[in-house]
Amino acid sequence: MTFLHHDVPLSWYLLLSAVLFSLGIVGFLIKRNLITVFMSIELMLNAVNLSFVTFAYQWNAVKGQIFVFFVMVVSAAEAAVGLAIIIAVFRARATLSVDRIDLMKL
Amino acid sequence: MTESLHLWLVPLLPFAGFLLNGIFGSQLPKRLVTTIGLLAPLGSLLLVLNAAAAALITAPETCPQCGPVTASVSFPYIETFSRPWIDLGALHVDFSFVLDQLSLVMLLVVTGVGFLIHIYSVGYMGREEGYARYFSFLNLFLFFMTVLVLAGNVLLMFVGWEGVGLASYLLIGFYFSKNSAAAAGKKAFIVNRIGDFGFLIGIFLLLANFGTLTFSQIAARFLPGRAVRVVLQNGAVMLVHAPAHLPSAGILTAICLCLLLGAAGKSAQIPLYVWLPDAMEGPTPVSALIHAATMVTAGVYMIARTHWLFDNAPKALVFVGIVGAATALFAATIALVQNDIKRVLAYSTISQIGYMFLACGVAAYSAGIFHLVTHAFFKALLFLAAGSVIHAMGGEQDLRKMGGLWKKLPVTFGTMTIAVFTIAGFPPLAAFYSKDAILSAAFVHGASGRILWFIGLVTALLTSFYMFRLWYLAFFGESRGEHHHHHSTPLSMLAPLVILAAFSICGGWIGIERIAAYLAPSTGALPSAVAEANPQLEFVLSSLAVAVALIGWIIAHLLYCEKSKRPAQLAAAHPAAYQLLANKYYVDEFYGAIFVKPLLATSKYVLGWIVDFAILGGIAWLLAAIASLGGMILQRWQSGNLRSYAAWLALGAAVVLLFVLLHGTGFDFALAVRR
Repeated sequence: MTFLHHDVPLSWYLLLSAVLFSLGIVGFLIKRNLITVFMSIELMLNAVNLSFVTFAYQWNAVKGQIFVFFVMVVSAAEAAVGLAIIIAVFRARATLSVDRIDLMKL
Repeated sequence: MTESLHLWLVPLLPFAGFLLNGIFGSQLPKRLVTTIGLLAPLGSLLLVLNAAAAALITAPETCPQCGPVTASVSFPYIETFSRPWIDLGALHVDFSFVLDQLSLVMLLVVTGVGFLIHIYSVGYMGREEGYARYFSFLNLFLFFMTVLVLAGNVLLMFVGWEGVGLASYLLIGFYFSKNSAAAAGKKAFIVNRIGDFGFLIGIFLLLANFGTLTFSQIAARFLPGRAVRVVLQNGAVMLVHAPAHLPSAGILTAICLCLLLGAAGKSAQIPLYVWLPDAMEGPTPVSALIHAATMVTAGVYMIARTHWLFDNAPKALVFVGIVGAATALFAATIALVQNDIKRVLAYSTISQIGYMFLACGVAAYSAGIFHLVTHAFFKALLFLAAGSVIHAMGGEQDLRKMGGLWKKLPVTFGTMTIAVFTIAGFPPLAAFYSKDAILSAAFVHGASGRILWFIGLVTALLTSFYMFRLWYLAFFGESRGEHHHHHSTPLSMLAPLVILAAFSICGGWIGIERIAAYLAPSTGALPSAVAEANPQLEFVLSSLAVAVALIGWIIAHLLYCEKSKRPAQLAAAHPAAYQLLANKYYVDEFYGAIFVKPLLATSKYVLGWIVDFAILGGIAWLLAAIASLGGMILQRWQSGNLRSYAAWLALGAAVVLLFVLLHGTGFDFALAVRR
């Protein structure tokens, strides 16, 4: 189970990925600023990308790396749309506090 | 069987008329509606006449010169639709029509009288609203009635049976904007349901005990010592006379009683007769066709059709006789004091059908059918003549407001007179022969038969009396009505009257012996005691019947010919008896108190309040309350707060992860990755 060329074990990468993901979740849950929340989402996506790359490297399978590119492309598109929404919300409500943007209630 | 009679067209032509007039009638010109409405029954009548001609040629004496004529049609002639109707394992039912002596006679009456009444309706209903609707219903009735008559199995007969009930309901309630007409239609339908219940149970019992519903197959079970071909092991064929394997007498009696209940419902016999007098709310030609000549005699037809059952259930047969005699007498007494011209005739119909049941009760089915035929002629005539009177009086039905009509309505008066003398039983008119056949068959039927005979004789006296009472009240004396705008009677109404009058005169001349001999293959021969009765006895019985009719006439003459106070004095002298009769023995009130009111109360309080409102409503309310309470709780989840949604999402993911860690996914990951 040793990693090729380096002596860094697989689990370390996965652990790092999990830590990054958890940081993303915590940031998403506790931060009120919409932009920070948005950054937390990116953090989670990249945490997942890391584990994709890790496994791809481990199993010598290129699929995982291709998947990472897909995730990057989608997240870039999402960032564009998301930022546009954030600007629109800010213009309309003059605030970026998540707690005050609760229009999704019925 | 060399030629096809196209029996299937006999019901289908009126059905086509029903569809055409029912769907397009309101848009079509009246002339076209009339044409369609008349052509359909005419087509059926011609087909039936063709069948009759084809069948009657078989009689050898019709052609003495040309030797034995080969039969172009041999009875029973059967037409079966190529595909089965019901084919469920042991249960096999076909769409099959059977023409035999019995159904031919009945068909001739149904289509013949039916066609005449269709013609009459053109004149009678000419100025009414819903002319097309009327004709489409009348055609619908003819469709179902011919299905009933032609049916080759009990189930198909039941279809016709229910169908004529439907047509009857529709036509009784023809003036549906009138409350009493709508109520009368409902009453007829509901009372018939009770009878149909009995019929249906009878069908189930037949199926359970005979395994088939086809008339001929059930009848074959009653043939003694059927020969069965048995192929032996060495290939030889042997005929074995199997003993008739029949259900027990108790089961046969039960079947017969169930069928009798059905017949009593349809034919307005005790205890289910109450709907027929109310059915007079319908247009008069309907009363003539459905509630006098054809549909109400379906019960008699059914008993004659299944006579092999009744022959083997003597106890049930006794019951048939008792029901018939009791109804005949009971209805005749009510008819004595009724003042509505149609109601008198309605009770008279009930009474006359009682005679037919009486005939069946002494196993003289062909006598019953004979009376059915003559009754169809003279009762249809009576109703049509009464309709002509009502038409001329501008809708007045109260006998007390009529009088002196003989001058104003000569044709109606003449034909009505023939009908009155016929029903009273004077020779040589039709009912004399048929009623005489029934009474003499009853007389020779042992001690119980004597009682039935005596009741029949008393009924004949009452019949004669109330019919002459009607005759005198309507046509003689001075006019007692206030409003007099006599309508002229169109030819379309007079022609059927005259034709029916001719049949009422000649209908009985064929005589019971020939009718019985002709019908014997399908209704069984007359009991041997009837055939062996000596001519002197016959003569005495006939004379007695005529004498009784004469007495009835004389009493009616004394009471009603001159404008006298005697009827009123008589009523005043016996107030209790008069009230009892005038109120029809309070049977409607009795049924109302015993059945209708408790049923309505049960429906309203037990079913309506407790079951429907409390139990069903309560359950529905409880379910709704649970749902809305759950909604109220779950609503709080839907805060709109993004972070709370995310928290729940994370929590859910954590739970799923935990579950996978503890239990596995049930999915072989290693395998999936290798692929």
